[in-house]
Amino acid sequence: MVPKDLRYAKTHEWARIEGDVCTVGITQFAVEQLTDVVAVELPKVGKPVVASDEKGFGVIESVKAVSDLYAPVNGDVLEVNKNVANDPAHVAADPYGKGWLIKIKMAPGATEDHLLTAEQYEQQIASQGH
Amino acid sequence: MASRTPLFDWHVAHGARIVDFAGWDMPVQYTSIVEEHQAVRSGAGLFDISHMGRLSFGGPDALSLIQKVYTNNAATLKDGQVRYGLVCNDQGGIRDDVLVYKWPYGYAMVVNASNRAKIVGWLEESKAGMNVQITDQTEGTAMIAVQGPKAVELCRGLTDADASQLGYYFAAPTRCLDQQCVVSRTGYTGEDGLEFMIGAKYGLQLWEELVKRGAKPCGLGARDTLRLEASMPLYGHELSEQIDPFEAGVGWAVKLDKGDFRGRTALLSRKDDAKRRRRVGLELRGKRIAREGATVLVGGRPVGVVTSGTFSPTFNKVIAMAYVEPGCQAVGTPVQIDIRGTPEPGAIVPMPFYRRARE
Repeated sequence: MVPKDLRYAKTHEWARIEGDVCTVGITQFAVEQLTDVVAVELPKVGKPVVASDEKGFGVIESVKAVSDLYAPVNGDVLEVNKNVANDPAHVAADPYGKGWLIKIKMAPGATEDHLLTAEQYEQQIASQGH
Repeated sequence: MASRTPLFDWHVAHGARIVDFAGWDMPVQYTSIVEEHQAVRSGAGLFDISHMGRLSFGGPDALSLIQKVYTNNAATLKDGQVRYGLVCNDQGGIRDDVLVYKWPYGYAMVVNASNRAKIVGWLEESKAGMNVQITDQTEGTAMIAVQGPKAVELCRGLTDADASQLGYYFAAPTRCLDQQCVVSRTGYTGEDGLEFMIGAKYGLQLWEELVKRGAKPCGLGARDTLRLEASMPLYGHELSEQIDPFEAGVGWAVKLDKGDFRGRTALLSRKDDAKRRRRVGLELRGKRIAREGATVLVGGRPVGVVTSGTFSPTFNKVIAMAYVEPGCQAVGTPVQIDIRGTPEPGAIVPMPFYRRARE
């Protein structure tokens, strides 16, 4: 069961919104799909990001493939998780906690309304299967 | 529709992720590639390799045909011996890398799945008037590999022949589960181990027996990380029709003085070409994987291209193989690999990256 207090993107990122700061990570489902995570590439602080499933803000690399990471909201990168950049194992070990990836200072007017609720995301992954 | 081995349903039922490989639906991993890899290095892993092509040769000219297309010397094989070699085109480029087995009554050849039709065609074309029967045994048989330091012990008593007495790169026709089979002390992981060939309808039974004995099912993902650590070439990456065995570092499998064979004339001039590119091993400093197609730079100048790369679970490092031009082939040469636009530092290191401990 995914954490109920988070919102989700179809591309398997989660978003924790507190005021105008959005913390972003990837879900347990994404971790299980990837297996064998070896590297994470994260952007520089200050970089603008857009909520899109076409242009990513970074990359997560597993033995088999490179996967793009997509920002759930528009804004600028406020903080980057250096622990994960140094040791990607945090992502698989604690995807909703210590495995967070970036924090975004949300653009004025940016909301979470377009993001999936926990129930909606669970429905999506149930239909996707493993 | 893709071809399926006799074990396909088992793989799916046990959670394998399936991928198309050379027109076959094959398991790429069951759990984690790293976990499966480590099982082979520490114990015993199990691989379904039924997709590989298995050809048998009978008749008085079987050896002559093999000698005509094969770069190594099949005439010096003892009964039960297995030998690696190349099949080359007339320009000396590699059509496939193969294993030839000698039996008292004929020969067998195991070829890559991706090249089976091509090699069968090449053999038919090369046959001319020879008295030889080539039989493609692939679809009537299953092939299973058990690999790792505990593999041979795990198979104790499974075959009538004592596989622990087989020398490295020797095979025996024997019986297993009361059926005919071939067991060989061969593999593609850099570990000790065995490969079994058995009638297709007994493949599942043999697989399940090996699982019961403790061999861990492993997919093509781990097969790739294992063979890369052992610096073994993979057709379509380190080997191709445009690459000759000397560039590829498998010139030891070419015996130019064994007699004529297809490609020999071209290979005579390729052998001592100092201007040729060469396969080298790379180790990268960072964690980003250098993958097939990435440009290799020395002093900021492009000098070659990566043919395979991965994360090595044994060494916890990114390793790769590449072809580079002369002048930058020496071990120790600092390199940069262009990984999606960013140059990543590394160096040329000796191959193989991994060598198993010998008793």
